[in-house]
Amino acid sequence: MIRTGRRVYKAFQGEILPVPWRLISFLFAVFLFLFPLITIQPYVLRILIFTCIYAIFAVSWDLLAGYAGQTSLGHSLFFGISAYTAALLNLNFGIKPWLTIPCGAIAGTVGGLILCIPALRLRGIYFTLTTIAFPLILIGVVHTFPKVTGGELGLYTLTPLSSSRLSSYYVCLVVALASILAMWKLSDGKSKIVRTGLILQAIREDEIAARTLAINTIAFKIVVFSVSGFFAGIAGGLYAHTMRVVGTSTLELGNSLQPILWTLFGGICSIHGPILGTVFLYPLTEFLRIIPKFRLLIFALVMVFIVLFMPEGLGVWIRNKLEKECPRCKLVNASWRRHCRACGAPIHLER
Amino acid sequence: MSHQGNDSVLAWNLSFEFFKGRRFKENLGNMVLQILINGVLTSGIYALLAIGFSLIFGVARIVNLAHTALYMLAAYYIFLFGHLLGLNILLSVALAIFLTTFIGMVIYKFCIDPILEHETSIVIVTVSVAIAIQEILLCFFTGDFLSPLPFVSGYVEFLGVRISAQHVLTLVVIFFLLLGMLFLLFRSKLGVSIRVTAQDREIANLMGINVGRICLITMGMSVLLAAIGGVMIAPISILEPHLWGEPLVIVIAVVVLGGLGSIKGSVIGAFILGFTETLVVFILPGGSFLKGAIALLIVVFILWFRPEGLFGVVFEEERL
Repeated sequence: MIRTGRRVYKAFQGEILPVPWRLISFLFAVFLFLFPLITIQPYVLRILIFTCIYAIFAVSWDLLAGYAGQTSLGHSLFFGISAYTAALLNLNFGIKPWLTIPCGAIAGTVGGLILCIPALRLRGIYFTLTTIAFPLILIGVVHTFPKVTGGELGLYTLTPLSSSRLSSYYVCLVVALASILAMWKLSDGKSKIVRTGLILQAIREDEIAARTLAINTIAFKIVVFSVSGFFAGIAGGLYAHTMRVVGTSTLELGNSLQPILWTLFGGICSIHGPILGTVFLYPLTEFLRIIPKFRLLIFALVMVFIVLFMPEGLGVWIRNKLEKECPRCKLVNASWRRHCRACGAPIHLER
Repeated sequence: MSHQGNDSVLAWNLSFEFFKGRRFKENLGNMVLQILINGVLTSGIYALLAIGFSLIFGVARIVNLAHTALYMLAAYYIFLFGHLLGLNILLSVALAIFLTTFIGMVIYKFCIDPILEHETSIVIVTVSVAIAIQEILLCFFTGDFLSPLPFVSGYVEFLGVRISAQHVLTLVVIFFLLLGMLFLLFRSKLGVSIRVTAQDREIANLMGINVGRICLITMGMSVLLAAIGGVMIAPISILEPHLWGEPLVIVIAVVVLGGLGSIKGSVIGAFILGFTETLVVFILPGGSFLKGAIALLIVVFILWFRPEGLFGVVFEEERL
């Protein structure tokens, strides 16, 4: 027990403390756990719950689009399928949220596998434009069978996630942290245990070259689609039980665009980017509800400005200021260090 | 959520009125004719939009998702000038087309041109622009359903079917516009330089073509087509600020189906999807909800067999 404790402490000292961005992420997670000490206003907690849910959603989009290069504009497919599955199971069979959410996530995985059918044949912009179709096909289906799916009004009076707002906040936070950690591990290009991160980036950069290096690109694409669908499905299930209403808005194009905007704001192809984007932009849009008339307009204009003037995203921009890779051993260092913390090589070569 | 229910692109109620109080069998012939006319009209509008979309993609690799937002903007201009301010019809049409084209070119110059290399960023920017247009329209005109007055009133009798003169006018305009577009692209010097730029930007540049200007002109032409489409459908549809969503999806489907950048493919794709939609609306119960879904299913199905679309070209060297 003491030994594991010491090992965890050693890992913390060696891997998190010297790298500023990791330290910030760690402190932020701790802050989120302690947040209810500051206030337990239901409105604030509600916003934080949705921030957690959408953070999972945005990171799952980033995994698919940023890492694997499958720029999907139909990510709401997974979200919506899962939300509807959870809602239907809950309403018709009275199944509790702890079971409906995994069921929804599995439905999202199945959605990912369905999306694979065109995705494995289409490339680039053809793929991007085709993905728009899938959630809209589903919207048509939802409207055609209003008796089952609720049609325009949607499905309502779902079981809440848990009895109190505070406990559902902790549920969402833990699930979000666990999912994001899993996706981070999967997409980590430097990991020595799981190679998926490196392979996915290879597929994104040049699929033909990846195939010549004996990478089974099709298998890895299927994996990334189902994993992304799974986590987006978790987000959808949590959303269904938090919102307690599931309508076609979960499937609309706008819902696919939201995670994209957050991810681009924070920085694409980095796990912390979408989280930063969500944490920053989602509460902002909520507070902008005070002036509802110009909310979306401001949002759209902010997006245009970010893409035009900060194309790499805010998170990546900050990280590049704070961190520097050692030119010899490729270890991440704080940018104010002179020498690498492991191999002692000078970091700033250009000076 | 709201715009799925009420048919936005064209006023189908014409055909529903026609069904009322008559027996089905007698009117089978009429129904076929009605389907034909509505199908041609829908397909024509889609073809106009799809050609514009396809043109600017082919020449500058821009996926302009604000395309149908501009089309909607033109329709709103008609409402503003013709209906609210009461200007002369010809004047308001000219103003609407000019202003929309101008705005499209301004958007190109300031929002798309600086990030021309990043395809994904262009998608994001144009979506944002479309949302911005939607919100601005929402501020000025509110979310109410508006319908401008028709340019010409009255009906035309054609083989026993009454068609409103506005529909006939729209058909004629679309027909001549498509012809003119083909003429411009395949028989004029500008058309040659546009097609050369579409085929190979660097070679076009070497041949002394000002690629940047050709891109701007193409953007102008593409928005012009959208604007004319918007102006023509304004009187026969119901305007609301979410009007751009549904046609955008169909136009993307048309263009992907026909092959990105191919004019011929866009026209044929537009006719396939336009007629599918019309048939679904006429034949299936609850068809107006399913029309988009079935059209998109057809696209996915065709892409299964031809991933590059019907007339698309695979760019081997680009390694997409």
